[in-house]
Amino acid sequence: MHELSIVSSVVDTVTESLAAYPGARVKEVRLRVGALASVVRESLEFCYGIATDGTPLEGSRLVVNVLPVVMHCVPCGQDVTLEGVQSFRCPQCGDPCSDLRQGRELEIDSIEIEEADEVKI
Amino acid sequence: MTTRIVELRRGILKKNDELAAGLRERYAAAGVLVLNLVSSPGSGKTAFLEWTLTELRKRGARVAALVGDLETDNDARRLASSGAPVRQINTHGICHLDAEMIGKHIESWEGVKLGGLDYLFIENVGNLVCPSSYDLGEAIRVVLLSVTEGEDKPLKYPAMFNSADAAVITKMDLAVPCGFDRWAALKNINEIRPGIRIFETSVKTGVGMEEWLAYLEQKRIGQGA
Repeated sequence: MHELSIVSSVVDTVTESLAAYPGARVKEVRLRVGALASVVRESLEFCYGIATDGTPLEGSRLVVNVLPVVMHCVPCGQDVTLEGVQSFRCPQCGDPCSDLRQGRELEIDSIEIEEADEVKI
Repeated sequence: MTTRIVELRRGILKKNDELAAGLRERYAAAGVLVLNLVSSPGSGKTAFLEWTLTELRKRGARVAALVGDLETDNDARRLASSGAPVRQINTHGICHLDAEMIGKHIESWEGVKLGGLDYLFIENVGNLVCPSSYDLGEAIRVVLLSVTEGEDKPLKYPAMFNSADAAVITKMDLAVPCGFDRWAALKNINEIRPGIRIFETSVKTGVGMEEWLAYLEQKRIGQGA
């Protein structure tokens, strides 16, 4: 439901970062989204087309990299990756885990831009 | 044309996170325990909060509430009957409260200062999805689940239940007529958020409410220590 405001924030941040690259065209925007970030990939992609319209990001591709949940398992003494978000137990020993190490990320990883070549005199 | 990859590594909700961190510092400095109440619409947040505000006031605690809704000030008027200062935040279509809204309303709240409060309750917009992404600087996030909603709510909304510090099951007086499977509900909550403190309550019968108040008191004292 709030994907449009998330995507609008992405557009603002990317547009600001373009100040360092005058004349550049955005080809791709890559996001890192945790499995517990409460955003839906399809909704982000749907909203992206609307939010980028008329901005320097228009026509660019959105790549959403979904990160699985990683918890720290105390008995195993290591970080473990969960297969889903229906049970917060260590997949190896079955103990409940409450120490979340990855899964709530909601960030812009990187952008791919195309810069105009400098004109040689 | 030259193609270039620019690493940004920027949190999309960075602005909200920064504002929330500032609020958290202010709450701690003022010695006020701030709770963010989240649930689906109709789970009984307002009735639960009304009872809590009234009872805490009777016991001499200084309490206030901010209440978020898309439209209407119905909830604020209901809560005001407790005698506590209450402020309505209308989001006009936005599905969650954010740290900026909270900050603005605290700043402009006439007659209410954080330093003069023991507890500040924030009743979020009824929604089990979007509010989970927005930190309001709260010390405790409380997720409410009513017996009329079904025992599998935690499994359907894992992001919200996993982000909560305490869970409150409401309307326990309706558990039997609704065929509420208490063990399944407790198991599902624990599956998503192992070890979370759970309160089984009813504001009609008062069941579980003393434990809830004792928990609040313990957390408030713990925060000041």
